[in-house]
Amino acid sequence: MRKMNPQLDRHGHLHHFLTTEYLPKDILLHILNVAESFLPVNKREVKKVPLLRGKTVFNLFFEASTRTRTTFEIAAKRLSADVINVNISTSAQVKGESLLDTVSNLSAMHADMFVVRHAESGAPFLIAKHAAPHIHVINAGDGSHAHPTQALLDMYTIRHFKKKFEGLQVAIVGDVKNSRVARSQIHALNILGVNEIRVIAPKTLLPIAVEKLGVSVYHDMEQGLKDADVVIMLRLQKERMKGIYLPSSQEFYNTYGLTPSKLSAAKSDVIVMHPGPINRGVEIDSFVADGNSSVILPQVTFGIAVRMAVMSILTGQSK
Amino acid sequence: MKIQVKGGRVLDPASGTDSIQDVFVSDGSIIGFANSPDGFIADRLIDASGLIVCPGLVDVSVRLGEPGKEYTATLEKELNAAVASGVTTMACPPDTTPCLDEPGLVKMLRNRATALDAAKILPLGALTKSLQGRNLAEMVELSRAGCVAFSQGDGILPEPAVLRKAMEYASTFGFSVWLRPQENSLGSMGVAHEGEVSSRLGLTGVPVLAETVAVSVILMLAKETEANVHLCRLSSAAAVNLVRNAKKESVKVTADISVNNLHLSEVDIGFFDTNYRVTPPLRGVRDRAGLRDGLVDDSVDLICSNHVPVTYDDKNLPFAEAVPGSSSVELLLPMVLRWAEQEKIPLIKALQKITSNPRRVLGLPDQKIEIGEKTDLCIFDPDLPWVVDQTSILSDGKNTPFINSEVVGRNIYTIIDGKILFEDSNRAER
Repeated sequence: MRKMNPQLDRHGHLHHFLTTEYLPKDILLHILNVAESFLPVNKREVKKVPLLRGKTVFNLFFEASTRTRTTFEIAAKRLSADVINVNISTSAQVKGESLLDTVSNLSAMHADMFVVRHAESGAPFLIAKHAAPHIHVINAGDGSHAHPTQALLDMYTIRHFKKKFEGLQVAIVGDVKNSRVARSQIHALNILGVNEIRVIAPKTLLPIAVEKLGVSVYHDMEQGLKDADVVIMLRLQKERMKGIYLPSSQEFYNTYGLTPSKLSAAKSDVIVMHPGPINRGVEIDSFVADGNSSVILPQVTFGIAVRMAVMSILTGQSK
Repeated sequence: MKIQVKGGRVLDPASGTDSIQDVFVSDGSIIGFANSPDGFIADRLIDASGLIVCPGLVDVSVRLGEPGKEYTATLEKELNAAVASGVTTMACPPDTTPCLDEPGLVKMLRNRATALDAAKILPLGALTKSLQGRNLAEMVELSRAGCVAFSQGDGILPEPAVLRKAMEYASTFGFSVWLRPQENSLGSMGVAHEGEVSSRLGLTGVPVLAETVAVSVILMLAKETEANVHLCRLSSAAAVNLVRNAKKESVKVTADISVNNLHLSEVDIGFFDTNYRVTPPLRGVRDRAGLRDGLVDDSVDLICSNHVPVTYDDKNLPFAEAVPGSSSVELLLPMVLRWAEQEKIPLIKALQKITSNPRRVLGLPDQKIEIGEKTDLCIFDPDLPWVVDQTSILSDGKNTPFINSEVVGRNIYTIIDGKILFEDSNRAER
């Protein structure tokens, strides 16, 4: 590549965590392994390890989020970091301060890490480029581009239940076009070497040239789910439920909603995942969401450990 | 002032001349070619050995920052940058703030430029009032004030009903209509070519369809109304094909591309590099090849810089929020030379795309390097390498995709109306 991967330092170590794309497989596996070592911490009476003691983590959420911000906050606190939540939409940006001025000011407060969510694709790259060299940036979701920690917790979940990636058929269903989660999952699944990634959606919800990302395209649930080991349902945003992408949420549910009968095409030991929050009766039936195949709640638990792993690896605490 | 340009390779696309000859200029006119006129005593002898002498370059899309965007650039700086790069005539799009839909504003701009005694500015007038695409602008009045054609700039393309009337009205008076073909509902939200890269990066795409739909509509209206239409900044191979076929059917259409689309493609965006956020977007490598094919068979008539100075702050934003545009007027010559070198295009043919062809499209008389002609001159070193960086760029806009890269070919002298308005001091000292 002509342009260096901006998340690796010159020794090839992870300095920022911005996207799963182009990351070496051993880095992804290392994150999963470190996460595994953190899992017991979350079950202990005292849920803390001192790895990030004295470090200051800023949660910079330029786009509203409760769930993701909370999991990052918990992860940082369990590593003993000091966590500051900056709710940007109600502070500086409203007063006209530029994105990078906000970042410079927080840098001057001796931040060690920024966890960034932004509505524009690429914003965390810009912040990483301009932050002081010692600061680590974690992308907590940028536009439709990437959500790498979500993708890695999904990889963790898959490995936990399936023990391996080789040979797996993974189906991703729904609004791939607008999904940062799907993009990060697709890159990670390709790097980790699953057998096949299928995307299942109407053409209106697939990005142009999606097959170039390394997926097979299906428009029919029964065909797409046939013999799947893993089914990942994507959240359908409210504004896309009716209009030029889809005629109605009801029609979407009838065509692409995951019901027990559609799921029966998959392997008997299939696991069903969802990045949350779920829309019951839109993309997923409650019998599936709460059923035996569902691993949606374990995903949330693993999410804390994976985010702890990323933070400790970035700061050099978990070699 | 009498100037003798000695020993240069005279390359003149308008007359077809390609030979090493002296050129003798007096009071803005060429009074001798090859042989010295009787009694000619030069006030200034320019040693042009090893250099190419051609008519001044013509750039059909230069945004000058005025009126309204003086914080990005000023007329002084931009004209100076253009002249230093061999550009002697330039057309400026009407999408200024306010836009060029008022004759008084056009006069003011021209007066400012004339007072600066630099390159010649030809304003393009607004086709519709406030560029809103609803009501026709006062084209006749604007023409009297100095507008040479009518355009929407990068503003919205009017709906077919309005466009049809605009073309009918313009053609009544023989004005040509310059349009950047992008169908609004398909393209206005996009920030990059809709393709593999925009899908990867999660950026909203501008589909090729936005261009081909617009070109199709414009060509049908042009055929019907018999208006002269110039299509600005084509970006796709498919659009070039449409123009190629229309020209075969004798539709009165011409077209240009920018140096960015000539050389770059979507993959160059890398990880959200906002210097590559340009209008029209950088498309796929096949599109780039199609544009180049169009240049060779003259489906595409000319190359422009599409110069847009943008401030550091306006580029230092997330990709979609960054202001589109590149500072390119200083790269017109080296980028055309690079294309000629890569595609083995004869220099005289390459120079046609930035001298005689833009003059024809602008409705200007030919400038030939022949006795009796009033011809502006650009005298350049085709082999001189230089690095594009913050200091070598004279424009206020330092926003170019080619920043920190080496280019080859540099203007050494610019002569406008018989006056040497630029000379490269390094060369002069040699």
